[in-house]
Amino acid sequence: MALTDERPMLELAAGDPVASPPLGVFRRPQAITGWRSWFTSVDHKKIGIMYGASAMAFFAIGGLEALLIRAQLAVPDGEVLSAEAYNQAFTLHGTTMVFLVIIPVLAAFANYFIPIMIGARDVAFPRMNAYSYWAFIFGGLFLYCSVLLGGGPDGGWFAYAPNTSVTWSPGRGMDFWTLGLIMTGIASTVGAVNLIVTCLNMRAPGMTLLRMPVFVWMSLVAQFLLLFALPVITVALFLLMFDRLFGANFFNVDAGADPLLWQHLFWIFGHPEVYILVLPAFGIVSEVIPVFARKPLFGYYAMVLSGIAIGFMGWGVWVHHMFATGVGPVTVAAFSLTTMFIAVPTGVKIFNWLGTLWQGKLTLDAPMLFAIGLVGLFTIGGLSGVTHSVAASDTQQTDTYYIVAHFHYVLFGGSMFGIFAGMYYWWPKIFGRLLSDRIGKVHFWLMFVGANLTFGPMHILGLQGMARRQASYSSGYGWDFWNLVASVGSVVIALSFLTFLYNVWHSRHAVTNDPDPWDGRTLEWAIASPTPVQNFDAEVTVGHLDEWWHRKYEEGADGVLRRRDEITYLTPVRDETPTDLSTIHLPSPSYWPMLSALALPIIGFGLLYTYWLCLVGGLLLVGATYGWGLEPSVDPDAGHGHGHDDAHDPPAGESSPAEADDELAGAPR
Amino acid sequence: MSTSASPTLESTPGSGHHSATGLSNAKLAMWAFLGSDCMLFGGLISTFLLLRTKGVVRGPEVKDLYDIPFTSVSSFMLLMSSLTMVLAVSAIRRGDLARCRVWLVATAVLGALFVSGQVYEFTAFYNEGLGFTTNLQSSAFYVLTGFHGTHVGVGILILGSLAAMGDRDGLGPSPAETVEIAGLYWHFVDVVWIIIFTVVYLIR
Repeated sequence: MALTDERPMLELAAGDPVASPPLGVFRRPQAITGWRSWFTSVDHKKIGIMYGASAMAFFAIGGLEALLIRAQLAVPDGEVLSAEAYNQAFTLHGTTMVFLVIIPVLAAFANYFIPIMIGARDVAFPRMNAYSYWAFIFGGLFLYCSVLLGGGPDGGWFAYAPNTSVTWSPGRGMDFWTLGLIMTGIASTVGAVNLIVTCLNMRAPGMTLLRMPVFVWMSLVAQFLLLFALPVITVALFLLMFDRLFGANFFNVDAGADPLLWQHLFWIFGHPEVYILVLPAFGIVSEVIPVFARKPLFGYYAMVLSGIAIGFMGWGVWVHHMFATGVGPVTVAAFSLTTMFIAVPTGVKIFNWLGTLWQGKLTLDAPMLFAIGLVGLFTIGGLSGVTHSVAASDTQQTDTYYIVAHFHYVLFGGSMFGIFAGMYYWWPKIFGRLLSDRIGKVHFWLMFVGANLTFGPMHILGLQGMARRQASYSSGYGWDFWNLVASVGSVVIALSFLTFLYNVWHSRHAVTNDPDPWDGRTLEWAIASPTPVQNFDAEVTVGHLDEWWHRKYEEGADGVLRRRDEITYLTPVRDETPTDLSTIHLPSPSYWPMLSALALPIIGFGLLYTYWLCLVGGLLLVGATYGWGLEPSVDPDAGHGHGHDDAHDPPAGESSPAEADDELAGAPR
Repeated sequence: MSTSASPTLESTPGSGHHSATGLSNAKLAMWAFLGSDCMLFGGLISTFLLLRTKGVVRGPEVKDLYDIPFTSVSSFMLLMSSLTMVLAVSAIRRGDLARCRVWLVATAVLGALFVSGQVYEFTAFYNEGLGFTTNLQSSAFYVLTGFHGTHVGVGILILGSLAAMGDRDGLGPSPAETVEIAGLYWHFVDVVWIIIFTVVYLIR
């Protein structure tokens, strides 16, 4: 059973020689360095970096698609794209940015920093973590195969059925879309289970729930939202797949189907999804602002509780996406009210950030600029969101550029600014290199100006009646000027991303071994940069919220804060001798996660082209699952992991050495 | 695992000497997954309930084809498999591996009988003119019960694997918990069937 990751089933009795691998064609991989190690790694840090790098690659692709859209719309009667190509461009753009950029890049931060911030050595299920990444990347690549194999999906990222039925979308594009998103959904569900268990079970002693950093909290809430929202869209995707591939009737209006079925299923997922995309970004900003304001976060408890409140209330607002469908006045009134109410906990967050900034000693470094950028731009997006709760006006705005403006302020102005705040903030911890603050500021201002140039005018265009998703427009509607401005703005955003890439390249010489460059407050700054493979040398005992700050500063008798004379880092830092890893147990690499994830696209291709491939993929899936289940999470033959001396061994007869190895992934005692 | 309290790796943070919830990681993960699965069946059941109200354009209505006595018997067998599952967990807790394996196999056999009943039912419906693509209800019915049948099938695989591995002392360091976690999944699948049987078959 794949779920019992840390509890391999085929553990031999004490004293027996341990066969390795118990089931496997190849030798178990052991390398933890070198390029091959990335394919078999179960280290949450490497997986986090892979998530981040893949998401940034998809960000570039999604950005190119956005540039195509803006090139088409820059002037009236644009001829850059055909209407068909335009449909594919906006569908791929939306799908990519939501499912292949923001979700995975937030998963990257969550993967990398949740274990460190709660004082753990790894996530609860290291191999499941690797599986999540591989299922995500294979799902994303599978989705993009459509572009090479007969045209991309063309039904919008929300894929309203029956518009996406075979009749209206006859190509293979929507099939790749459905199957690809089922795969990334599996990835995120597995990831959510893993991170939830990590947050709840793996906390260091003293790290109570209400001492967890706000980023951990917001990620945890987002994982719960993923856990419960993804199965709903999975149902919708399966129904659409059955309709398209096997002639089922779920969305067949000729057979009497109700087109609102898809919309309900999609938006019951889709609205929590909005908070999945933005809450962890809120969390990042809640880490950055206190550090750069040199004040504790204002209203930590309110911050956590408002995040939880958003998590709950996010389930009760989905119909505001459907006000124009004739769902009935009572329904509209009820969902208008819930939509207004959900602004309250969001407002609590905004005011708490302002409260943190107030009278702080602000340092306007790049991470802080991006964080403040989020506060400003998200507020604009949030306010235009509240206007949607006015159903009468929302009916006018539905499917216009006003909506496009709104969700780009929320997701670009919110999520992406938060994500780049995190990039600049955590880069030295992840890579041991500092991104240039000067280039970072150029990046910020380009992105800030570009975002407002691009998305600001869309409010006006929408109110003037320009429909979203229209492939071109004629002159004379008064739309020409603002469309041109938006297109210029999109180029500025593209330049800002190039600036970021240049900064990354530029940082290759800016090596820093400063473990704590920002004078941080949370545990990740108490260890060396870049993070050593073992995270912590010894178990951390936590006594406070903002534990690391409390370890660095104390209040003197006169009530004045002063830095302690001696600060003990939790791993050897700078040029100190690195820890002897032979005494530390780490999860062993494994190729099963990648193999079992590889089965998914094979089955996908089988469904589309020849069922024989389904058999191949199915056998691979079953074989890899058993291989995984029968493989101990720690390789008994691995060089490391056997350093513990006899004094640490359990009493004779209680357990085998292999069982002791089994511990490391977090099996509770 | 929870019974042997000897700390072996004091220097390993997050190695799980403590578990903040008191539940093991694997058990907590199973609970989280089952919560997620609730939403999956919630979506499927809602879809069926909605589409059932839409009438049919062609072919028979599902409700005219139900053989309630037959499905009651197969449902009864599935419910009894929960009893044998409990007996399996009880046996392994007492350390009686042999008896645990007997009950695991019995559970899997009852589950297999249920799935066979489902195959028979599908065949009968098909012969009476209700194919997968016939009408709204048929698509919704087959997908809902088919998803449930697939869950039972996966459960049978898990139980069979556990029974087979017990032979090689392979239930992991804490066999009782491994069996118990498989049991959680199995009971969940049973509970879902109680809901499906009630809202799909009994309530018209």
